[in-house]
Amino acid sequence: MHAPLLEVQGLTHRYGTRAACNNISFSLYSGEVLAVVGESGSGKTTLLRCLSGQLRPDAGCVMFETRNAGAVDVWGMSEATRRMLARTDWGFVHQNPRDGLRLDVSAGANIGERLMAIGARHYGNIRGEARAWMSKVELDVQRMDESPAAFSGGMQQRVQIARNLVSRPRLVFMDEPTAGLDVSVQARLLDLLRGLACDLGLSAIIVTHDLAVARLLAHRTLVMHDGCVVEEGLTDQVLDDPQQAYTQLLVSSALPA
Amino acid sequence: MNENSRAGGYNFAYLDEHTKRMIRRAILKAIAIPGYQVPFGSREMPLPYGWGTGGIQVTAAVIGPADVLKVIDQGSDDTTNAVNIRRFFVRTTGVRVTGRASDATIIQTRHRIPETPLREGQIIVYQVPIPEMLRWLEPREAETRKMHALSEYGAMHVKLYEDIARYGHIATTYDYPVIVNEHYLMRPSPIPKFDNPKLHMNPALQLFGAGREKRIYAVPPYTAVRSLDFEDHPFEIQRWQHACELCGAADSFLDEVIIDNEGARMFVCSDSDYCTQRRDAHRRAVA
Repeated sequence: MHAPLLEVQGLTHRYGTRAACNNISFSLYSGEVLAVVGESGSGKTTLLRCLSGQLRPDAGCVMFETRNAGAVDVWGMSEATRRMLARTDWGFVHQNPRDGLRLDVSAGANIGERLMAIGARHYGNIRGEARAWMSKVELDVQRMDESPAAFSGGMQQRVQIARNLVSRPRLVFMDEPTAGLDVSVQARLLDLLRGLACDLGLSAIIVTHDLAVARLLAHRTLVMHDGCVVEEGLTDQVLDDPQQAYTQLLVSSALPA
Repeated sequence: MNENSRAGGYNFAYLDEHTKRMIRRAILKAIAIPGYQVPFGSREMPLPYGWGTGGIQVTAAVIGPADVLKVIDQGSDDTTNAVNIRRFFVRTTGVRVTGRASDATIIQTRHRIPETPLREGQIIVYQVPIPEMLRWLEPREAETRKMHALSEYGAMHVKLYEDIARYGHIATTYDYPVIVNEHYLMRPSPIPKFDNPKLHMNPALQLFGAGREKRIYAVPPYTAVRSLDFEDHPFEIQRWQHACELCGAADSFLDEVIIDNEGARMFVCSDSDYCTQRRDAHRRAVA
């Protein structure tokens, strides 16, 4: 068995005296998609921010298996390295595409930004790559010079995904990627995400309150309640045969499809 | 001029000595870290922000009684901004002033670098409206400082990419981003990109002052200054089909001037000192 891609041990983050994440430990292996589910305020987003290098946890460590230096503590490395990692080997898909996009530049420039950030200086190549990613996320390549502000919510989300995947990250963090989209658009986006994760062998951590998203995308699921992980296991197992009272409540609260 | 011709009641060069020392300390730090924006305690000056308060303070901090000052505004010595600032220094310091770039020891400039090559020992002071090149891409000051510290300048290329995607070429013609000494991204103040190559390996000391934004930065003599570009869209300066109609120069930055009510135009050197000297030399040669 390979070493885990991401290993979290005893991660705790407090806001004042309240622990938003309390002693959380888990491992994520390469090629695996993990869903973090739970109600609002259960600490899902705080957890994601601690993992993705945006919010320093109060305790615990996050080990990431880097391409050439082995497992490294994300919060022990220099900020320069961490930011480099965040724009090469990681992706972060925000719930609101406006947080993750530059709305005043074209879709093509948005997708090409990471390439330029890691030193690509050939306009033609950058543009070619951006065009290829536009079609991979099923966007009309004719519109690559339009601002994403002129796109629908679902299309903006696709641009954001392309913008993150262009550097071929091994780990993608997603914060409610389909919330705020209507149901049919949601379904198509989920379909796309599943296809991409499968084709590229991506590992992903998806925070969601929508159990259907977890069911469709995730191999394993982590249920959070009040800052703690209350249940963890294979997605189908957790959702079909919940063991903990809170998970049972969560599963029974979902509207039947 | 001498000590007696100065306006009474003011210290030499208007600012008090402690303020000048504070500004000089900022300048020294700026020279030590080429292209880095050093914060300084910018003072209220007797002219509005946007008229060169940063440049004036830098000049006031470095000027001495033996200096010879030249002030230019868009290449000209005779426009409002240049006339006002020159008169300000004449009244507060009594130094000699000149129109000739080669005679000056300090040149304060708004938006041009003289066509006459600068030499060692000269200081050129730029008036900077907004020192932060990344401001329109990243509104947070804390974040832009971090980006500078880590040399994360990918976003700047996004802007150039966008230019090419929209116009087919890099359409930024002034305030063109440069990398100083292979580290800091610097805004060269709104000089035309025609002047960017003159920043590179210039023998003179180049100081930049932004009064409202309270920043000073510098390019020491003989420092590498590289304009950003793409491999397949290299940096280029403007070219004209005309030569200057007054002096015939084909290598200087030209202004297009409307000369009558019928809309007739002519192209003339933007640097009036350079143009005048060429015409004088020509006249002497003919005579």
